[in-house]
Amino acid sequence: MKLLQALADGSVVAKRNLIKIKRVPDLLVFSTAAPIMFVLLFAYVFGGSIDIPGMDYREFLMAGIFAQTVLFGATITGSGLAEDITKGIIDRFRSLPMARSAVLVGRTTSDLVNNALVIVIMMVTGLIVGWRIRSSPLEALAGVALLLLFAYAFSWAMAWIGLLVRSPEVFNNASFIFIFPITYIANTFVQSERLPAVLRHIAEWNPVSAVTAAARELFGNTSPLSPPPDVWPLQHPVLASLGWVVIFLLIFVPLANYQYKRAVAR
Amino acid sequence: MTDAIVAEGLVKRYGSVVALNGLDLKVPEGTIMGLLGPNGAGKTTAVRVFTTLLDADEGSARVAGLDVRKQANELRKSIGLSGQYAAVDDNLTGFENLDMVGRLYHLGRVRSRERARELLARFDLEDAADRPVKGYSGGMRRRLDLAGALVAKPSVLFLDEPTTGLDPRSRLGMWDVIEELVKGGTTLLLTTQYLEEADRLADQIAVIDHGKVIAEGTADQLKDQVGGERLELSVATPAELGTARSTLADLAVGAMESDERQHHLTVPVAGGSAVLMEAIRRLDGESVKVLDIGLRRPTLDDVFLALTGHHAEGDDKK
Ligand SMILES: Nc1ncnc2c1ncn2[C@@H]1O[C@H](COP(=O)(O)OP(=O)(O)OP(=O)(O)O)[C@@H](O)[C@H]1O
Ligand SMILES: [Mg+2]
Repeated sequence: MKLLQALADGSVVAKRNLIKIKRVPDLLVFSTAAPIMFVLLFAYVFGGSIDIPGMDYREFLMAGIFAQTVLFGATITGSGLAEDITKGIIDRFRSLPMARSAVLVGRTTSDLVNNALVIVIMMVTGLIVGWRIRSSPLEALAGVALLLLFAYAFSWAMAWIGLLVRSPEVFNNASFIFIFPITYIANTFVQSERLPAVLRHIAEWNPVSAVTAAARELFGNTSPLSPPPDVWPLQHPVLASLGWVVIFLLIFVPLANYQYKRAVAR
Repeated sequence: MTDAIVAEGLVKRYGSVVALNGLDLKVPEGTIMGLLGPNGAGKTTAVRVFTTLLDADEGSARVAGLDVRKQANELRKSIGLSGQYAAVDDNLTGFENLDMVGRLYHLGRVRSRERARELLARFDLEDAADRPVKGYSGGMRRRLDLAGALVAKPSVLFLDEPTTGLDPRSRLGMWDVIEELVKGGTTLLLTTQYLEEADRLADQIAVIDHGKVIAEGTADQLKDQVGGERLELSVATPAELGTARSTLADLAVGAMESDERQHHLTVPVAGGSAVLMEAIRRLDGESVKVLDIGLRRPTLDDVFLALTGHHAEGDDKK
């Protein structure tokens, strides 16, 4: 009963956030404009000089783009919360008999919906530049679900940081500091085997590499000529991604909740 | 009568700033308490403690019989808050704002919508109901925020400076709304920097300064506490002002106050019209040309001056 009530409260807050996306469409435009640019840049400019044995680079590229896109989409959780807590509306929420968790649950849920929308747009973009799904529809659906689940877990980390810095501007600058390395020191745009030794180790164990590899596997965008990976997360990318999701949630859900209480009690 | 709000020894520190310094307060059920104080007195801090937004460092508070810290969740069902800065969502329409608040009070879908429409009508926001709040004027936001505080028909209501930033006409309108509200038996705690507002609306006034209640009572009691009436007079020249001051010194029952620029003198006196006659006689004897002279009851501003040694800042700015 209490749980149901908490979920209902969370959905009321989520609805409020989604109305904002509808009224201020810039957010959606900007969270898709950048990845579309990346697709064009890599498909037509850099792509020609990156050689993936046994497959077309654009097929290789798209899973990386999807991972990048949902990660960037998840950062909205941090800036959104940082913005909310500087506004009076949070006092209204806190004076109401609603579940304490509703602000965070609502925020992460609405960003999940936003990400679902964005990933559909990116898949269409991919299809236009020549990306194809070579697996069964069920596997493809699992691929999308896994990307979204990963982004959802990641957005709890963003929630924690957003509440820590408590300013949307600072958050936007701060988030790049770690969003860039984890997105690019990975197998998102190049094969990790091609990276120099140190970076290669980082890339192989990077959660983003696992989810990208999982998406490639589930969409059937793998090359028969690629050497088999020699680390466990890339040998079992779906399992590894799910493992990362669990780890992220276990760490960052409590941290974000703790930080929320600290951030508002002033 | 039971007390709807009870505070005992509330202390809240922000680093070296002491926002509340042992605040005690009792508000009987169904009455209006005016919390009156200058900028930084601790009014908002007190309201935030009562509405469970802030934990006090020391002391305790009960609202509607519930402990603000230990029974916060239960308490939130029976309070309504309109804070100093309107807590409305800019991207939602007026209707969506109130509907959301209703849902979070768990009124249910149907009841929330009905209540939202009801309140929008009552606060004269029907025409703007389906426009995003972003385009509302300050007064409209304020009214919407007040409507938000009333969604669940709370038994205890907190309004933090409900008329600050409103033009005089909107302020009068807001006063009417507030007066009508509490006819229904709601207990109201209202903070204000405006003395006339407390005078007009509140049954009881608590004057607060530096985080402490420094005087309490009805507007009349507070005025009496400051003693008798005020003799006010204006003269033509600074020299005459000086003469008037020394001539009337022994009639004063408190500190006299003179305004050198306006050539204006205020003398706290006791004894009514006899004192007035005596003053006129003496001034006449000294050949002071009096432009204007009269007796008046002390205002709350006098109360403030007598209690704190400085004017209420809200009024100073005028
Ligand atoms: N979050 C905070 N951090 C630091 N100091 C604070 C904080 N909130 C309030 N204070 C300080 O506590 C004191 C009381 O503030 P409070 O807001 O309660 O005053 P107020 O009576 O509501 O004033 P005003 O009429 O300006 O609204 C002030 O000195 C203020 O600077
Ligand atoms: Mg205040």
